[in-house]
Amino acid sequence: MERVVDPLAKKPSVLRSQSETIGFAVMVAALVIAPLVGTYPLFLMQVMCFALFACAFNLLIGYVGLLSFGHALYFGWASYLSAYSAKAWGFPPELAILTGTATAAICGLVAGSLAIRRQGIYFAMITLALAQMMFFFALQAKFTGGEDGIQAVPRGVLFGIFDLKNTMTMYVVTLIIFILGFLFIYRIIHSPFGEVLKAIRENETRAISLGYKTDRYKLVAFVLSATLAGVAGATKAIVLQLASLTDVNWPMSGEVVLMTLVGGLGTIFGPVVGAFVILLMQFKLAPIGEWVLVIQGAIFVACVLLFRRGIIGEIANKLRIRL
Amino acid sequence: MFEIFGIPSTALFGQLLIGLINGSFYALLSLGLAVIFGMLNIINFSHGAQYMMGAFAAYLILQYSGLGYWPALIIAPILVGFTGILIERFLLQWLYKLDHLYGLLLTFGLALIFEGVARNYFGSAGLPYTVPESLRGGQNLGFMFLPNYRAWVVAASLIVCFGTWFVIERTRLGAYLRAATENPTLVRAFGINVPRMITLTYGFGVALAAFAGVMAAPIYNVSPQMGSELIIVVFAVVVIGGMGSILGAIITGFGLGVIEGLTKVFFPEASNTVIFVIMAIVLLVRPAGLFGRRA
Repeated sequence: MERVVDPLAKKPSVLRSQSETIGFAVMVAALVIAPLVGTYPLFLMQVMCFALFACAFNLLIGYVGLLSFGHALYFGWASYLSAYSAKAWGFPPELAILTGTATAAICGLVAGSLAIRRQGIYFAMITLALAQMMFFFALQAKFTGGEDGIQAVPRGVLFGIFDLKNTMTMYVVTLIIFILGFLFIYRIIHSPFGEVLKAIRENETRAISLGYKTDRYKLVAFVLSATLAGVAGATKAIVLQLASLTDVNWPMSGEVVLMTLVGGLGTIFGPVVGAFVILLMQFKLAPIGEWVLVIQGAIFVACVLLFRRGIIGEIANKLRIRL
Repeated sequence: MFEIFGIPSTALFGQLLIGLINGSFYALLSLGLAVIFGMLNIINFSHGAQYMMGAFAAYLILQYSGLGYWPALIIAPILVGFTGILIERFLLQWLYKLDHLYGLLLTFGLALIFEGVARNYFGSAGLPYTVPESLRGGQNLGFMFLPNYRAWVVAASLIVCFGTWFVIERTRLGAYLRAATENPTLVRAFGINVPRMITLTYGFGVALAAFAGVMAAPIYNVSPQMGSELIIVVFAVVVIGGMGSILGAIITGFGLGVIEGLTKVFFPEASNTVIFVIMAIVLLVRPAGLFGRRA
């Protein structure tokens, strides 16, 4: 009911509540300071790409109540097209990322218009099946390089000025992309459009009876989510200079669900924290091989049974604030 | 030997048979998913992993007790079904009041655990499991060679599928089940132990998956990832058929298996994706699925 309060009475600020502003400041500060105090920048860039991916996914599950189990499709195909256009066509990074993002948007439009024809559990199965279909296309298509993927993608020179071969330049660019994506998602959530999405999540029948064409809202939300997942995937291809089958396969779809669940479904900062926690775990546990899969599964079970709010959700609930 | 549309008959019927075999597994697995969904309102994502566990159980039973295929076909589903009962009692029963999606997420987590454990102990490469003595060899039908084991798989799967259909649609127990699906509170008021029925239903659905796994062991290798790719295809099958009808699940499963087999003959590049394409078309034409009712 916060919107009923006269918005003009508030101080103009990017974010709506004090707790969110503080959270945002802490997040940005951490991302600025971390590489300076010796955290591996490549790891942090990866975290930011996956955090944006998880935020995009959270837009659907957290604010429209739609569980997409096939978000690897948009992330992976954006990654392929970004890598391919940079390597084979010699696109500069800004155009390569744009190409990847556009690919994800188109995929999202097609898959979304099919998936929203069914609700709930079927929606999850359809998105998963469509993503698996596109995985097979990626496996068979020539340009994706099959099992090898597209390797040694050139990072190029951004706008003809900034040479991304320099790790710190790449870091700053990734940080800017992440922050812009994050704020864009925040803006969507708190726009009148976002309020309708939340209404659909709470009670779709009632939203329909109020005259909203909910299918259209769901489709737009789906395309936005796919597009932003595409931004994340396309950027990741430039950062890691690699696009591979891992990015489009079903475990990737599961991973983004896990990140969001661990951080907190429907919280603003949850997906970011979740992405960090899961990537850190994979990084630290890499030596024990396949047990990582078992641990991820156990985290899924534990989250569903014990911590459905996720890390950020629990904190916000304890402190009675919004995060 | 003769030719049909320029394709040698042996190749055509051979692929048709493979299609029927795949269809048997699609039918058994989607049937189990439908039965579980009907009672628990949960999509059992670990169904593929439990199919894999059935195959591994058969393999381990052979390794450690020397019991062969036929005993394994009975013992493995009972063992795996029992783990299903434990899962329902200790984990799933806490989720019934929550959104369906949590059931999907929890069973997805379980699938990761099962697959991860199997990979740790057995590696990713497949382990061989031989066809039982009594079903080796095959029949020469003139237009094709029919291996006995494959004929058995199709027949056994048909029998189990229609047996399940008969129990659910034509017996008193099935009537209780269907009634409990519609209105559990009312059925409980009549003195029927609904929670126990739910537990046993999950155990039975899981046992069906394990049964399919044992039958699959001699055809495909026994490997940790045998279930995860299959289950996604089965999801598409379920979307196409809709989960409202048992008979629908059986027909859709076999039908799609055959279509996939034919695609392998006429357009091999699309054989991996044909079921997903059909799913997309069905969603456009009949959003509720072929046998589904509008919710």
